[in-house]
Amino acid sequence: MSPNFPLLSLVVFAPWLGALALWFLPRLSPVTARILALAFSLSTLALSGLALCSFDPSAAGFQFSEQHAWISSLNVHYRLGLDGLSLILVLLTGVLGPLSILASWRQETNTRLMCMLFLLLQGAALGVFLALDFVPWFLFWELSLVPAYFLIRLWGGPGATRAAYQFVIYTVGGSAFMLLGFAGLFLATGTLDFTVLAGLAADGSLASKLSVLGGFWPTAVFFGVLLGLAVKVPLFPFHTWLPSAYAEAPTGASMFMTGVMSKMGVYGFLRILWPLFPASLHRFAPALVWLALGGVVFGAFAAMRQRDLKRMVAYSSVNHVSYCLLALFAVCALSRPNPEAATGALVGAILQIFNHGISAAALFFCVGVLESRAAGKRGIGDFGGVRSAAPLLAGLCGISMFSSLGLPGLNGFVGEFLIFRGVWGLVPWVAALSCLGLFATAFFLLTFWQRVFHGPRAGAAESSFPDLTGVETATLVPLVALMFAFGILPQLLTVLVNPLVSSWVAHLVLP
Amino acid sequence: MSALPCTIYISFTGALLALAAGRRSPGSARLVALVFALLAWGVALVAAFRFVPDAAGPVTLVDLPWIPQMGIRYHLAADGISLTLAVLTGLAATAGILFSWNVDKRTGEFFAFYLTLIGGVYGVFLSADAFLFFVLYEIAIVPKYFLIAIWGSTNREYGAMKLVLYSFAGSALVLAGLLWAYAAGGAHGFGVAELAQAAASFSHGQQVWMFALVFLGFAVLAGMFPFHTWAPTGHVAAPTAASMLLAGVVMKLGAYGCLRVAMPLFPLGFAFWQPMIFWLALIGIIYAGLVALVQEDFKFVIGYSSVSHMGFVLLGLAAANVRAASGAVLQMFSHGVIAGLLFAVVGRMVYDRTHTRKLADLRATALYKRMPFAAAVFVLAGMASMGMPGFSGFPAELTILVGTWQSAPWAAVLAAVGVLVAAAFTLRVIQVSFFGHDPVAEATVHPEPYAPVTLAEKCGAVLLLGATILIGIKPDLLLDLIRPALQAPFFQAVLKGGGL
Amino acid sequence: MSFDYAGLFGALKPETALVVGALLVLGLDLSLLKGRSAGARRGAALFLGSAALMVAGWLVWVGPHGPVFGGVLVLDKFAQATRVGVLSLTLLAMGTASCNRAGRNPAELVAVMLFAAVGFTLMAAAQQLLVAFLSLELASLSLYILAGFDKSRPESAEAGLKYYLFGGMAAAFLLFGISLVYGLTGSIDLPVIAERLRSLPPSPLLMVALVMILVAFGFKAAAAPFHLWAPDVYEGAPTVAASLVASASKLAAFTFFTRMLWTGFYPVAGSISTAAVTPGWLAPLAAIAVLSMLIGNFGALAQQNVRRLLAYSAIAHSGVLMLGVMAAGDYGVGPLFFYASTYGIAALGAFAVVGVVEASGGCQKITDLAGLARRSPLLAGCLSVFILSLAGIPPLAGFFGKFSVFASALRLGGLAGPAGWLVVLAIALSAVALYYYLIVLKQALVEAPAEGAGKIAIPAAAEVALVAAAVLLVLLGVRPSLMLGLF
Repeated sequence: MSPNFPLLSLVVFAPWLGALALWFLPRLSPVTARILALAFSLSTLALSGLALCSFDPSAAGFQFSEQHAWISSLNVHYRLGLDGLSLILVLLTGVLGPLSILASWRQETNTRLMCMLFLLLQGAALGVFLALDFVPWFLFWELSLVPAYFLIRLWGGPGATRAAYQFVIYTVGGSAFMLLGFAGLFLATGTLDFTVLAGLAADGSLASKLSVLGGFWPTAVFFGVLLGLAVKVPLFPFHTWLPSAYAEAPTGASMFMTGVMSKMGVYGFLRILWPLFPASLHRFAPALVWLALGGVVFGAFAAMRQRDLKRMVAYSSVNHVSYCLLALFAVCALSRPNPEAATGALVGAILQIFNHGISAAALFFCVGVLESRAAGKRGIGDFGGVRSAAPLLAGLCGISMFSSLGLPGLNGFVGEFLIFRGVWGLVPWVAALSCLGLFATAFFLLTFWQRVFHGPRAGAAESSFPDLTGVETATLVPLVALMFAFGILPQLLTVLVNPLVSSWVAHLVLP
Repeated sequence: MSALPCTIYISFTGALLALAAGRRSPGSARLVALVFALLAWGVALVAAFRFVPDAAGPVTLVDLPWIPQMGIRYHLAADGISLTLAVLTGLAATAGILFSWNVDKRTGEFFAFYLTLIGGVYGVFLSADAFLFFVLYEIAIVPKYFLIAIWGSTNREYGAMKLVLYSFAGSALVLAGLLWAYAAGGAHGFGVAELAQAAASFSHGQQVWMFALVFLGFAVLAGMFPFHTWAPTGHVAAPTAASMLLAGVVMKLGAYGCLRVAMPLFPLGFAFWQPMIFWLALIGIIYAGLVALVQEDFKFVIGYSSVSHMGFVLLGLAAANVRAASGAVLQMFSHGVIAGLLFAVVGRMVYDRTHTRKLADLRATALYKRMPFAAAVFVLAGMASMGMPGFSGFPAELTILVGTWQSAPWAAVLAAVGVLVAAAFTLRVIQVSFFGHDPVAEATVHPEPYAPVTLAEKCGAVLLLGATILIGIKPDLLLDLIRPALQAPFFQAVLKGGGL
Repeated sequence: MSFDYAGLFGALKPETALVVGALLVLGLDLSLLKGRSAGARRGAALFLGSAALMVAGWLVWVGPHGPVFGGVLVLDKFAQATRVGVLSLTLLAMGTASCNRAGRNPAELVAVMLFAAVGFTLMAAAQQLLVAFLSLELASLSLYILAGFDKSRPESAEAGLKYYLFGGMAAAFLLFGISLVYGLTGSIDLPVIAERLRSLPPSPLLMVALVMILVAFGFKAAAAPFHLWAPDVYEGAPTVAASLVASASKLAAFTFFTRMLWTGFYPVAGSISTAAVTPGWLAPLAAIAVLSMLIGNFGALAQQNVRRLLAYSAIAHSGVLMLGVMAAGDYGVGPLFFYASTYGIAALGAFAVVGVVEASGGCQKITDLAGLARRSPLLAGCLSVFILSLAGIPPLAGFFGKFSVFASALRLGGLAGPAGWLVVLAIALSAVALYYYLIVLKQALVEAPAEGAGKIAIPAAAEVALVAAAVLLVLLGVRPSLMLGLF
């Protein structure tokens, strides 16, 4: 691979090219449109596979770098780069993108538009994971909202209008303050490049530059950026938009949103907030740990109380993603060096990012299948004994549930285990409290499993309840396969990030 | 570059020819108008491309004695700011003509008034003599009245009169202030640079009140709270092309006057009133946004959104540094294009076909299915209006935020809140107007299809969208013109600090 | 006083030409044209009258300059410009008189107009109080006759009578004031009076005299609170008379009184440049100006009759012209003259349009102008020029007139004194004025014509006059130095 080949730009823009192609071909049949979209969507996986081959995990800094001057008056550059963390997220997107399109295979209304929106969304997400300068990063961050909004609004459920509106407004609101924070950063330092800013923060000069702003403004900058990221993840209590948005969205969109879009927020914490504001993060980490804990416990307990299966999975997302943040905040709250626990927690968080994406997407898909069989109903009481009617579905869904639960041997276990172990080493009582979340998760997932799949055939399963079709199987099987693969061989992923995490821990700024 | 004054002459000539052509047929009037508007825009574009900034200040284009008895000269000069706004004028004018292709009542007169207005606006952006500035500013007032009163819609006579009287009142204040400065400076001349020099020796009290008069007069035209009420009423009453021009360009005359005349002439006065201007700009941003959020008339939402966006411009000016001011000028351009797009969709694409602007009526029809082109354009325009990156509003707002932070961080925070409010009302109006959802109505009512989107509309939309996306991706195209102009010595007294 | 009769005759050649012209018109009408058609008589009378005016104008142009007959008259730039001005305005008015088809006595009309012109030209040059009074009376009496000329309408008779009564009263005031001044100073020559006043101690008698002169000024200029005759006269008098009253009479009056006040009474002018106001005639003049502007503008807002609206607007404009008078002492008469003459052209034009529309079916209410753009685009266009010039919209002459008057008034003392505050008030009220002017234009350009209102045919002479007036206003608006350069 020649060093000047813009591989990363191609990764980001290939899906957009696909959307453009779809736009210029208005008379495509729905099937052709879907196939074309799928092809462009798979390009990500192909290209990132290429990148994977020449990726060197132990190399410091970013690989496949591209940099061009863009807006000189604001010292903005078009900069893309890849490290272990971004590679994992790009791979995740590469997997979930095509699967989301597959999950919408049966959508007949306005198929071309839907495929275009998925491709636009995928490209935007990739841009977020690869951009290393604030303006392009923010561009992709904000642009991802538009296709997501329309996916929810046009193909969503009855409450879609309100859900979509809330989703966009919350996120834009957070983004506005993040923009403000970066405006302050630019004022103080004259640059918006993440790596340059991280470098400044590492040698302490960022804090002194920020103090030029005077008063409490440096902290305000921190909070601005925090707010923007917190709403996206979401961090409790900024999560209120999520259950409706995920529940009202069509299946494919929910899969992508939970799998990839929420990870954009976590990625932001790891790539932006932590490297730039280590001291502030350290100062506020104890409070933030409580918030993350709140998300863990509340998410799980709220899921327990849901009757609507999709909402149940949505709340469970809040729970699982909060684990990542819990790990990060616990690490940041460290006062004494504890590299083993810190490394464990961080690796676990990254693993959790990937694995939760897989398992949550699978769960949403299963609920989507159930919903389609039951003509739109998806209450927990609307089904019974599905196992006898659709054994394949039951099997694959069961595996997904157990992965989400964290059963050893499946992918969910490794990440959660490492997080717990790490957090226990850092703030033991928090780890203890988050076990409550574990129990609640186990409770509702098992309830789901038992009520829907076991027992006598009831509800929608009484009449005809076809098992998984070919396309549906093709959607679920890769996910389940990955669950097993990364459950048994987590080192496939950890090898990509271990050196990175070690360097993070080594450079931890401690008071 | 020295051909730039031709933009004025071409427009006025075009006005007369359009009037004559209108006698023959509406079609020939339209054609004449389009040709002349394109010509004038072309001149402005070429001049902008070839422009080489002069560190000393604006480049003189024409400087002839006019009324020597009073020291008045016919003095035209241009710098990066004038060029940016001249290009905007041409763009808005051309797009406006394209969107007025369907006017068939008294067409010749319509385009005559329109081109007169445009000629006056070009002139204002190029004037370097305060008297000439004022004359061209006032020439623009009367065509506005007739454009609205004859071809407008809701409440047009009231809206026209209100708009014109407010504009005139604003200009009256400016006249009072400028005359006072002229008299107090020894009545030597009316050149802007000359007046600035004379004003440097005025007392603090004199500068404070002169600034108050002149700034207030211009700010009324820029729609500064609380003198903004003419804007929504007037823009709603106006026909589409007029609203596009009024909200898109004419409001910028006010902000331009503040920047070019009020602030540099009376820096002490400006320093005195600065906190108040901050507050009024911020209130304008947030209050107008909140009002837009509850409007039930489609066009009123856009009208109030214009006031809110102009608040950003005033905020940038209030921050008084080069960066914020350059953001303000960029926002002037950006909002000019975006407002044109929004009014074009609402007025021409939607209203001319559905004959309703009530959101309650539009809510019941899934308009995006029946007008997909208009829906797509409106979504893109809405994204631009929200300040989404990739469109021209984003670099403008970011620059203003950074510049404002430099002077008054708390104002920047409130401005960020304003961004959020803008997103809220824009999203709401998109949602309710085009993506309204009433399954019952959809199932039962099968109305006849709307007239298809004409080529003229498509061209106009593409032109405007192209402009906002181009500047969104490459804002340096304009910022490289604007920044050197603001760094000239003329602005030094008032734009302190804020280098690159 | 030197008795240079040759010089006097040379200086008065224009007036002579006018009188000869008037007599010729009358004579020809009584003799040769007896029995001819009304059209022929009217045409002949107008032709002769116009010729007389043009000859007089030429004679002014080539005539002598400087004081005449020992200072009884003075032909300085101001006087010469005013003489040319009033003659041109009368010529334009004569052009519009051709609309008056129903008039039964065209020769008398023309003759009286010429006599009025004589009065105006003498008023412009008078520097001695007796001659001044005589010329004023000549002009006024002619105007009274003209106001009551239309014997078919009782409004005309009412207008004539009211004008006569008010005017007579004002003339009496003026005469009394002049007598007092003579008594105090012992002279009727304005420069000498000024000399004498310089050494005179302030006395209540002088105050009374000044007030009386100001009353006469106010009446003649249609300034408040002496304006009560104006609405009725403008409404009732035939269009020609109203237009003369509004244009030439005002120009002559302002020249006349400006000269009287500044040449004769400048030692007792006082000052209103700063907030510390010194007593003199400037202060009451300022009060008159304020009242006129307020009453004129707010009165016009309520009008439904287009002529009354123009009357109130005349009152308002008088107020602003007073500002020009106040500044004339220090900064010259250029702005004042420019404003007064261009106002005259615009007012005359507006009345002319009204007259033409009147001849085609009545024009009393503003709504009678509805749809003028459809009925006669030329009339609508000209009306727009005239109305916008009155409103003070660039690039028309009215704007520059106002602008230069404001500039010179502000130079008196900035915004520190009443002069400056008056300017601010005037500017503020011009926004009010724009409202009612736009109402008129709205009817003409925006509204559709009334039922049964057809196209309007404009007589040739009137067309020429209208277009000439409009072109003049645009020309002077774009190149004011054409006129300002004279001063």
